[in-house]
Amino acid sequence: MLGNLQLLIAAPALNVQLLLDGILIGAVFALSAYGLALVWGVMNVKNLAQGDFVIFGGYLAWWLQKTFGIHPIFMMPVVMALLFIFGWIMYVLIIRWVIDRDLFTSLLATFGIAFVLQQLLNLAFGPEIQTANSGMQTRTLFSTVSVAEIKVVSFILCCILAALIVAFMKRSRMGQAIRATAQDPRAARIMGIDTERVYAFTYALNAAICGAAGVLIAMIWVIQPFYGITHSIRSFVIVTAAGLGNLPGVIVSALGLGVIEQFGGFVLGAEFQQVAVVGMLLIVLIWRQHQMRKLRQVVQ
Amino acid sequence: MSRFLKGVDSFETNERKQLPFYIGLVGFGLIAPFLFPNYLFQIAILWIMILFAQTWDTMGGQMGYNSLGNIFFFGAGMYISAIVQVGLVYDVGVYTSAAGAGKASFTPEQYYQGIIYGTLAAAFGSALLAPILGLIMFGLRAAYFAIGTLGIALAAGELFGAWQWVGGGGGIAMPVHPGTADARAEFFYWFSFGAAVITFLALKRLYQTRFGLAINAIRDDEDKAEALGVHTLRHKIVAWSVSAFFLGISGAIFGNMTGFIEPLEVAFPTVTFGIFMVAMPLLGGKGTLWGPVMGAIVFHLVKEVTWTYLLGWQWVALGMIIIITVVFFQQGIMGWMKEKWPEKFGVVIDQTATEARNKGAAE
Amino acid sequence: MTSSVIEVDNVSKAFGGVIANKEISLTVPNGKITGLIGPNGSGKTTLFNSIVGYHPIDDGSIKFEGNEISTMRVQEIARLGLIRTFQQTRIFSKMNCIDNLLISIPHRTATFKDMFRSYDPETLDKAEALLEFVGLYQKRFLIAGELSFGQQRLLEFATALMNEPKVLLLDEPTAGINPTLINGLIDRLKRANTDFGITLFVIEHNMRVIMNLAENIYCLAHGELLAHGTPDEIQNDQRVIDAYLGAH
Repeated sequence: MLGNLQLLIAAPALNVQLLLDGILIGAVFALSAYGLALVWGVMNVKNLAQGDFVIFGGYLAWWLQKTFGIHPIFMMPVVMALLFIFGWIMYVLIIRWVIDRDLFTSLLATFGIAFVLQQLLNLAFGPEIQTANSGMQTRTLFSTVSVAEIKVVSFILCCILAALIVAFMKRSRMGQAIRATAQDPRAARIMGIDTERVYAFTYALNAAICGAAGVLIAMIWVIQPFYGITHSIRSFVIVTAAGLGNLPGVIVSALGLGVIEQFGGFVLGAEFQQVAVVGMLLIVLIWRQHQMRKLRQVVQ
Repeated sequence: MSRFLKGVDSFETNERKQLPFYIGLVGFGLIAPFLFPNYLFQIAILWIMILFAQTWDTMGGQMGYNSLGNIFFFGAGMYISAIVQVGLVYDVGVYTSAAGAGKASFTPEQYYQGIIYGTLAAAFGSALLAPILGLIMFGLRAAYFAIGTLGIALAAGELFGAWQWVGGGGGIAMPVHPGTADARAEFFYWFSFGAAVITFLALKRLYQTRFGLAINAIRDDEDKAEALGVHTLRHKIVAWSVSAFFLGISGAIFGNMTGFIEPLEVAFPTVTFGIFMVAMPLLGGKGTLWGPVMGAIVFHLVKEVTWTYLLGWQWVALGMIIIITVVFFQQGIMGWMKEKWPEKFGVVIDQTATEARNKGAAE
Repeated sequence: MTSSVIEVDNVSKAFGGVIANKEISLTVPNGKITGLIGPNGSGKTTLFNSIVGYHPIDDGSIKFEGNEISTMRVQEIARLGLIRTFQQTRIFSKMNCIDNLLISIPHRTATFKDMFRSYDPETLDKAEALLEFVGLYQKRFLIAGELSFGQQRLLEFATALMNEPKVLLLDEPTAGINPTLINGLIDRLKRANTDFGITLFVIEHNMRVIMNLAENIYCLAHGELLAHGTPDEIQNDQRVIDAYLGAH
């Protein structure tokens, strides 16, 4: 470990590399974190299945490429549509019954979904780690820093998606309905908004966002049926650090997390990836707890 | 019914009413080795599951702190026991790095000594880890507590997997029982049965003291309990230590039963057994004495049946049961029984209100 | 000579941009009943919350029996003998009435070993006696959540008494109670003061109740202390009348 640390200090190019990689992958984290914050803010459901939706999306993209030979990027809309439907079904079958209940119920219900999803993916695709072939090159900048083209493409796509989502939330009727429901469901209902549809749509939208993130993850990283839980925890770290309803905060935290993970992975080693993420979770939680303690409240 | 008033007739305080359950369970436990000699191992696992479910309920059902990572103490206990058992005779580091190059042998004396000390160390070791975790985690409420504990269990699996001294990702081969396969099965059967019974009796006694009432108060309204001056942090830490204590024991026994400790599959199966630990008390009725027991029995039966008939789809079926229980059957078996037969289970109906209602209905 | 058991000195508290309490100073004399009135939003509950440690204060000091308590936590303050009831009546809704009372015994001297004891017969007797005092003896085995609102209020009052407080802060004890039952409640409050020697500090909206009950009343308006005096003085104070009629 110390050796790795020394390497970092000795080679500035390495730092740039890790920073760049961190930012590029952090953008994808931001997507799924935003989805989590959305569901959390609108329905007060803390979706522990978030990461598994991402992996699901990734597997769909990978499988579609294997079967039909189409490049995952072009399949993204398809995957998003499929995940959207899937999310809607999950809402109708399961989530809608747990919205008004205590939060442990909704946590456990989404965890149940995560669990079943993981097992189904495992049965369908096996436990090997997979990557979707993006067919793109790796370029070298300034002859020291290597940049995978696909990562840059992914970053751009994330930005485009983010812009689309923000525009949707601000301009469209459904987007406004969602924001109204998030603020006060009862008032929204009185205004004639069908909150059930809003909830279903929100959950489905989240699934679609996760699907998009999954397609990207499949190309720039790896997918495996049981990797979902780590992605879920990542999203929680980001949302906890940023706070709900703070989009810029989510972006900054996500990019930050991406960078920290890259550096951490380099210094500590890849086997400590989960530890690093959980470590970040605990640090963020303790930091918030400390903040709350000054106000003499507990982290809600 | 107040558990503290004598002669009050309720299920949980009335020993006579519980008697059929005791006889049924203990009786089964005593006869099983003779009726089902070929299934001793599976039934032993059943006892471990019962122990498992009870420990979670102390924190979750009785006190309202729903941890998703209690499996941490299971794995910790398992590893502590292994370290003690191996360490009493050999150098642990040497033992684990020589794994596969021929099994190290233990004399019967060393074996039994090891397993007893190991289990005790697992119990107390886990119980000591609980306050440390508690100080970090107890400032967090509900969702964050659950996710935080989940994270700790996940991280533990990885950490132990990277710790070369205890075998790293390869795990540890446990000392082998010095007897025939039958003798081994019987030994572990009685060991786990005994542990389950002791845990049940200990928790039962504990819930009958002030401690039981205090943790229920924390569950009902922690702010109010604090406003009355209750030492909430003290109680929370003790509850987790008690939970960890028995969970550590179950880990030690299970590790020895399995014969080989693997960090992610055996010691810290966070997403599978970690969640089953929560599902079982929920299924049986959380916050009750017998709920976790019943939930464990039903869950274990379903697990065995689906293994035989569904094989690869077993986990999927279990996952669906978890979802259905959480969403549609939250009150669990005990809760359902209390609703159907309230007087039998100690819920008092307001006589005057009922009479007034009945009178009103009749007119 | 009566001393002041609670001394609030220049206490201020703001939430975000809203100033809930501004430089409030008052004293609660030992052994008596003191009232706190004021129109809605004048900061009465906030002041209570500050006193019992629910949140830190921005400025000023709060002393209980001469000791500074503004930096102490809720449990510590409760263990000193300062107990409050909640505006929205909080009881342990899943336990029966007797258990609600048993958990409310004072925890001042509770040691580690005390955690694992059972309750002595004297404690059980006292619980039953208090339930009798508030008129809930017949319902003592009912689950608290199933009592009517008024009954839950009485139960909460009984749990507060069970804790053997030196001072009891009551937040609108008669709110939402059937008018025919209010006299009974006032009577019990007075007896708690005279028979059990508990100092009472009461927030009230019901003028008839507070004028009957308190010997000494403070009036808040817009987060500041407006007036202070005996019931007669307060009733005739033009500023108080204006505050309630909204002349500000």
